[in-house]
Amino acid sequence: MTAPMDVTGGDAQATPEAVVDASGGKAIQGRSLGQIAWMRLKRDKVALAGGLIVIFLILVAVFAPVIAGAFGQDPTQFNSDLIDSSTMAPKTGTGISADHLFGIEPVNGRDIFSRVVYGARISLLIAFLATLLSVVIGTLLGVTAGYFGGLVDSIISKTMDVFLAFPILVFAIALAGIVPDSAFGLTGDTLRVSLLVFIIGFFNWPYIGRIIRGQTLSLREREFVDAARSLGARGPYIIFRELLPNLVAPILVYATLLIPTNVLFEAALSFLGVGVRPPTPTWGGMLSDAVRFYTIPHFMFFPGMAIFITVLAFNLFGDGLRDALDPKAR
Amino acid sequence: MVTYIIRRLIWAVVMLTIVSIATFAIFFLVPRLAGATSESLAARYVGRTASAEQVKIAAEKLGFNDPLVVQYGRFAKGIVAGADYDYGPGVEHCPAPCFGYSFLTRLPVWPDLLNRLPVTISLAIGAAVIWVIAGVATGVLSALKRGSLFDRAAMGVALAGVSLPIFFTGIVSLVVFSYGNPFRITAPGGSFTPFEENPAMWAYNLILPWITLAFLYAAGYARLTRAGMLETMNEDYIRTARAKGLNERAVVVKHGLRGALTPILTIFGLDLGLLLGGAVLTESTYSLPGMGKYAIDAILAQDLPKVMGVTLVAAFFVVFANLIVDLLYAVVDPRVRLG
Repeated sequence: MTAPMDVTGGDAQATPEAVVDASGGKAIQGRSLGQIAWMRLKRDKVALAGGLIVIFLILVAVFAPVIAGAFGQDPTQFNSDLIDSSTMAPKTGTGISADHLFGIEPVNGRDIFSRVVYGARISLLIAFLATLLSVVIGTLLGVTAGYFGGLVDSIISKTMDVFLAFPILVFAIALAGIVPDSAFGLTGDTLRVSLLVFIIGFFNWPYIGRIIRGQTLSLREREFVDAARSLGARGPYIIFRELLPNLVAPILVYATLLIPTNVLFEAALSFLGVGVRPPTPTWGGMLSDAVRFYTIPHFMFFPGMAIFITVLAFNLFGDGLRDALDPKAR
Repeated sequence: MVTYIIRRLIWAVVMLTIVSIATFAIFFLVPRLAGATSESLAARYVGRTASAEQVKIAAEKLGFNDPLVVQYGRFAKGIVAGADYDYGPGVEHCPAPCFGYSFLTRLPVWPDLLNRLPVTISLAIGAAVIWVIAGVATGVLSALKRGSLFDRAAMGVALAGVSLPIFFTGIVSLVVFSYGNPFRITAPGGSFTPFEENPAMWAYNLILPWITLAFLYAAGYARLTRAGMLETMNEDYIRTARAKGLNERAVVVKHGLRGALTPILTIFGLDLGLLLGGAVLTESTYSLPGMGKYAIDAILAQDLPKVMGVTLVAAFFVVFANLIVDLLYAVVDPRVRLG
């Protein structure tokens, strides 16, 4: 056997940041995972485009009253004067004009543009909050299961199996359908939004939980965790200070990829009539109204495309983020 | 192998019990937490026309005043042994398996569901055949020709596919291919012809829902298969297979695809189980009279026993599908150890 190497002595060589090119060139800089990821992401034009659309959509949702107000439109205001009373269709076919960029709805003549803009609020609000709920539950239980193992792991893993085996949509419809219009001290949109956030977030946490558990299982055996433990660190410290910072990347990636799933989930519930109640505009609700007016295609086109673009943008960005943060990627 | 099967069967029974408790909780616990009383629950069973006195009697006779455990016991017993519903004016018998009794239609739920089952099964199986073939084939070809024009085009279409809600593609497909326009290839939604009656009409009525539903899933399966194939084709056993002189076709199909198939099989079991429990969105979009349409119609009519029955049956399908997938694992993946 060779003599043990002196690992404590070489202070200059140990830190890459300090290594200077012998020929006197520029210093080679150490890069953090975040910097590497950002460099890769910058080169991924498709993902960047997705990210920009996401930012645009968030701005639309936040400034919905300003945007709709700029055209002098209100999403719930009827414009019966623009409707042909015999066919119930807009008088000009679509009703598209400088005031009504996306035209108007048949029957009551509501402005589609402002309804699509306001629809972004409900859609993104529910998708973000539900994702947050899933991530919090999934991360806490996933880390706990992965770190402690044994009985705790068995119980949490089996619970995740049970959740994954539930007919989620049917359960969600049932839950969203049986809660009365006034419950838990809440009413109206506040109740519906909280209810949908709870249902969607609560049924989706096992997807995050499984991934985090798997990552924790492999992280647990790493040297830095051993080091922390041998220095006397206990469970909570190791989980929050050693494991969680290393789980930020997968959490970020899968949260980004869960958002579009939740956008689709909320749209589906609204489409089926158990989402946020009318007249509050939702994309799914608009599509469900549009089914009956299939001869007026612009009515289904705009809310449908809004869902498609939103989901696609988040998927593109999430895929890019995953590639950028994946250390195995070439 | 036998112990493995027995263990899986026991787990399936445990799952069914948990699922039935959860279903029961949703329908009896959640409304109470939301402020419902025994009377307001009973009112939903006997209809809006009933007087306060009738509702009170119904609540008592339906046992809504009993402890929840007793109520759950009665509910579980109904599934196994049948139940009698005494709701005031008379007693109705609901034979086993009693998944509930609708007081609005005065009919047990299970025979209703049995009528709806062929529609949902036809829809799910037909779509599944298309999406598995299309999705897996696309995924394998994409992985083998990674970076090619075909790969990029297929993955672009697949990404769009998973981003499109089925109720949007469904309506668009109806506008383009149905409702009496030049491209009409199918009847408007709502018609279903049983297979044994007329196989051609059966397929004619279902072709549009099949393709729309299959497109959504095929997109996901193509992405999954591609990722799986890229991973397995880098495994050592693939190099071994090539080294021992197997032709490329055998390497790809027998070794590569077989390794990549395990996660796809898991997802397939879940997806098919979920669809068999009611393709709610597809059936609503195309007005197909399947279990999913039954569920959503019942919810909108606030006919709780129906919703509860369909939820439970849907959950049972998922549990059975998972059971079968787990048993199939042993056949597909030689690496799975049983014990």
